[in-house]
Amino acid sequence: MNNNIITLHYDIDGTNFTIAGQASSNIKKVLKQLGVDPAIIRRTAISMYEGEINTVIHGKGGVADIYISPDQIRIVFTDHGPGIADIEKAMQEGFSTASAEARELGFGAGMGLPNMKKYADALNIESTPGEGTTVELIINIHS
Amino acid sequence: MVITADKVKQYYHSVTLDREKCKGCINCIKRCPTEAIRVRDGKAKIIKERCIDCGECIRVCPHHAKSAVTETLDDIFAYRYKIALPAPTLYGQFNHLTDINYVLTGLKYLGFDDIYEVAKATEAITAYTKKLLAEGKLKRPVINSACPTVTRLITVRFPSLIPHILPLISPMEAAAIAARKEAAQKTNYKPEEIGVFFISPCAAKATEIRNPIGLSSSPLNGVISIKEVYLKLLPILGKLEHIEPLSTCAFAGVNWAQSGGEIAALANDNYVAVDGIHHVVRLLEEIEDDETLDVDFIEALACTGGCVGGPLTVENTFVAKSKIKKLADELKKSGQKTAPVALSDEELRWEVPITYRNVMNLDEDLLIAMQKLENMQALARNLPQLDCGSCGAPSCKALAEDIVRGFAGETDCIYKLREKVRDLAKQMVELEEQMPGSFKQDERER
Repeated sequence: MNNNIITLHYDIDGTNFTIAGQASSNIKKVLKQLGVDPAIIRRTAISMYEGEINTVIHGKGGVADIYISPDQIRIVFTDHGPGIADIEKAMQEGFSTASAEARELGFGAGMGLPNMKKYADALNIESTPGEGTTVELIINIHS
Repeated sequence: MVITADKVKQYYHSVTLDREKCKGCINCIKRCPTEAIRVRDGKAKIIKERCIDCGECIRVCPHHAKSAVTETLDDIFAYRYKIALPAPTLYGQFNHLTDINYVLTGLKYLGFDDIYEVAKATEAITAYTKKLLAEGKLKRPVINSACPTVTRLITVRFPSLIPHILPLISPMEAAAIAARKEAAQKTNYKPEEIGVFFISPCAAKATEIRNPIGLSSSPLNGVISIKEVYLKLLPILGKLEHIEPLSTCAFAGVNWAQSGGEIAALANDNYVAVDGIHHVVRLLEEIEDDETLDVDFIEALACTGGCVGGPLTVENTFVAKSKIKKLADELKKSGQKTAPVALSDEELRWEVPITYRNVMNLDEDLLIAMQKLENMQALARNLPQLDCGSCGAPSCKALAEDIVRGFAGETDCIYKLREKVRDLAKQMVELEEQMPGSFKQDERER
């Protein structure tokens, strides 16, 4: 364990949205084994699930890296998808660029990023159109 | 068996093992939803804190080595006034039964002085649930509290969903409280002279008497399995001379025996009914992750088919379902209404809140837990990922967990053991080749 940080890595398959949620399910189990407060586990699970779904439907797949320290849970989603042209707009509730296909499957309500912001203590997005997106979520263990 | 304070302390769960019958196979460890079983010393061992009494191991054991500790019919005679609380599931066990009163009269022949149908108490719970749902103060989706296994599953595996549980006692306890009140009015017996016994399809209900959910003490004195009662009732049902009109429940309560029954009584269209413990686990995982599930109520029952699928029943689950439906339809046609149930809303509420029992954490100290987790993951990566169960743990991950908890070693894995043996054999061959001087030619002789 380097500097008291546990690192976990998950590949997120961009072609199969039905398995999205597996990484968040695993993290829930890990956090329970660490004895983290259930309310914090729930916030982590919800924001992480949203992040996974985003990585599948917008990023066309990518990776999730999780860093757990005694103070915080840091989750970083990285994809090489189309990127976000206007991050401010993307943060608005109800705004979505989901494809017609994704909408047919019930996604694209425009609540993904707003929900992540609501449940995480910090949300940082970096994106270059045409190159990809990095989304960082931070949830404090001691609120 | 009369329950004493001593026994209360000992009990965490009612599922138990017959060591003689256990062959040490791995069927039960693979099926347990809380990873509560290991094979040790050639026999299954239940980790008591983790067992939620779902009964999966009772069902799956090919050697019938698992059973549930319950009271027996002999135990009722420790009380002067004996009341039977039949679960509606009991009615679905018999062939060609058209009148519930046969079964209830039969129970009196077995020694009970009075009968209080659990189906009756469901109506009080339905009425109060409707009221609470209309008030809109409960956290949506509301999860039912009638199945003790599901409630216990939530307290050990889904702590963040505890606020979603309907904060009401189960129909069994509600019936017991009402039955006690009625008996006190009818007779002059003291409370300790009145024995209240549930006739149960369910192993978890037997645990509820020792460790009640939402109550500080149980209003019941014992749980008797449907299996035992069935075997004693069957020979006498055809011979009963006078059938007493004892049944005073309506069709809706009888329907609670099967999946969808509670929800049908609520008459709420916006619901999910799920049955079978592994399906329940999957749904709860989803609710934990995704806030968008737009339903008012979740009826979650641990047994496939609902209570008719309970491990202490006799009849095939799906046949029993059909029988319950027929009996309920008959009652509906006849227009039988439930006799008034003497229970206030206040009595139906939990007295004590339900709390999280973290049986999964690796250590109280977060830093030590983190270190253990790190070690566990390194160990798990090194295991063959076959989840074969030969080590006695349900999966390679579970073995890694057992190793860091100090309950197992790496060579419990037969693949790891084989590697070690192979290494050892190689070393022996190498050593064998290193001949001592007395066996070799000396350089000087050449």
